[in-house]
Amino acid sequence: MISINALISANNISVIKNEKAILKNIDIQINKNDFVSIIGPNGAGKTMLLKCLMGFYKPDFGQINKKSNLKIGYMPQNINITNTMPINVSSFITVRKKFDKISFKQVILETQIDNIIHKQLSVLSGGEMQRVLLARSLLNNPDLLILDEPAQNLDISGQMNFYKLLQSIYVKRNLSILMVSHDLHLVMVSTKRVLCLSNHICCSGKPQHITKDPEFISMFGKDMANMMAVYQHSNSHDHNQNFIIGEENN
Amino acid sequence: MIIIKTLSLEKKITDPFIIRGILAGIAVALISGLVGCFVVWRRMSYYGESIAHSSLLGVGLGILMGIGINPGVIFTCLLFGILFLWLQQSKVLSSDTLLGVLSHLALSVGVIVISMNRVKIDIHSFLFGDILTVTQNDLWGMYLAVLVVVIIICLNWSSLLLVTIDEDLAKAEGVNPLFINLLLTSILTIVVAVSIQIIGLLLITSMLIIPAAASRRLVNSPETMAVVATVIGILSVIIGIFLSVEIDAPSGPSIVVVSAVLFFLSPVLAMLLNKK
Repeated sequence: MISINALISANNISVIKNEKAILKNIDIQINKNDFVSIIGPNGAGKTMLLKCLMGFYKPDFGQINKKSNLKIGYMPQNINITNTMPINVSSFITVRKKFDKISFKQVILETQIDNIIHKQLSVLSGGEMQRVLLARSLLNNPDLLILDEPAQNLDISGQMNFYKLLQSIYVKRNLSILMVSHDLHLVMVSTKRVLCLSNHICCSGKPQHITKDPEFISMFGKDMANMMAVYQHSNSHDHNQNFIIGEENN
Repeated sequence: MIIIKTLSLEKKITDPFIIRGILAGIAVALISGLVGCFVVWRRMSYYGESIAHSSLLGVGLGILMGIGINPGVIFTCLLFGILFLWLQQSKVLSSDTLLGVLSHLALSVGVIVISMNRVKIDIHSFLFGDILTVTQNDLWGMYLAVLVVVIIICLNWSSLLLVTIDEDLAKAEGVNPLFINLLLTSILTIVVAVSIQIIGLLLITSMLIIPAAASRRLVNSPETMAVVATVIGILSVIIGIFLSVEIDAPSGPSIVVVSAVLFFLSPVLAMLLNKK
């Protein structure tokens, strides 16, 4: 069963490959207007968890429950398109998508890609490409946005801009976000809940609490935990929006 | 061939063998341009090559068992494709290596089967194509195959495109990549069966790759690339067949040489188009 507030939940799922547990007894529930970040070392099963939730990998044990008619938007880390296929931004965003003109217009303005809409996909910069992928994932007005390390290939200012954009979309669209990210210091600012994964769930909770969790400190080290605490503090003054969301949680 | 060569140009154009050859060649171009784009985008040229090589075994088996060449080719190529997709799942060896094993195995078994006494065919015409082998009935079959392939591709165009752009993105949006791979394998099989008489099985891949590659510089969308590749393919076939009659060479190599000339001319054409 799935509770009224939940969009999607994994109940005690496990994935076993080559006699090794990639995911072990994972419970996770994404609620309406949630913002959940998954962190964890390489090989922790982060991407596998997303695949299970999106339904294109069936877990060996456990169940995935979805709200009926749940619309999911997926943004991959990157796509491996090469120069051999000529395709422009606008065709790429709309390929195999059902949409109307108004939401198309809205999405390209929201993601600030209106000036590159006729450019070829192969000439885009890293930041432009991420905004294009985000635009594609938003086109069907999803209830839940799933992002897999969305800012991995960007430089630091590109990452900050991307997460700022994501934050504004989160507030404006009132959707839920589930994100895998290595950008701990940036994720902590916008996120409501953090899930720390290392094949099993090490710890989870509000960002300000998780940095004090012994499991977190043992995984990422004391310095990282301290740094995170500093980031949270300094940024909560800059971004009013985060501050309010933070307060609701407390 | 020699008899046709001595005819005047006017007679050549109206010669039934040449007309049938050209019609068959156009059938090849109509699907090889379209399918070739996917082969180029998905870097499947070795896969296409291997399926084409395995068709020699199909030719041999078709004659040996008396079921006809085309059913033999389609059966063998499909089996080859499915075997490869199945072996590929284990991910221990790379696709490149697997194809290297399977492709040459199929070619070798094919040559052995054909060398056996019971099968008497002109292997040369299967390797390099021969327009004289095309009959009226072959033409009907070819155009039926063209129709089927074009319809399948048009119906699945957006899914094919999305899987080609990114497999994970396609999966997340509900496309089954295995289904698409099987679909492409079936289509490649049909392309091989249609092309074998005119192009020859050793050169089929070039009709998939060269027109698509030549059109790349001239276009800026996947759809126009497919259309321009088809046009380049048709031009190559018509000029190539006349060339082959003129110099008394097999049709396949002549068509391939013409398409390669167009390939090397395409950057020049692209420059001229950009200047305008």
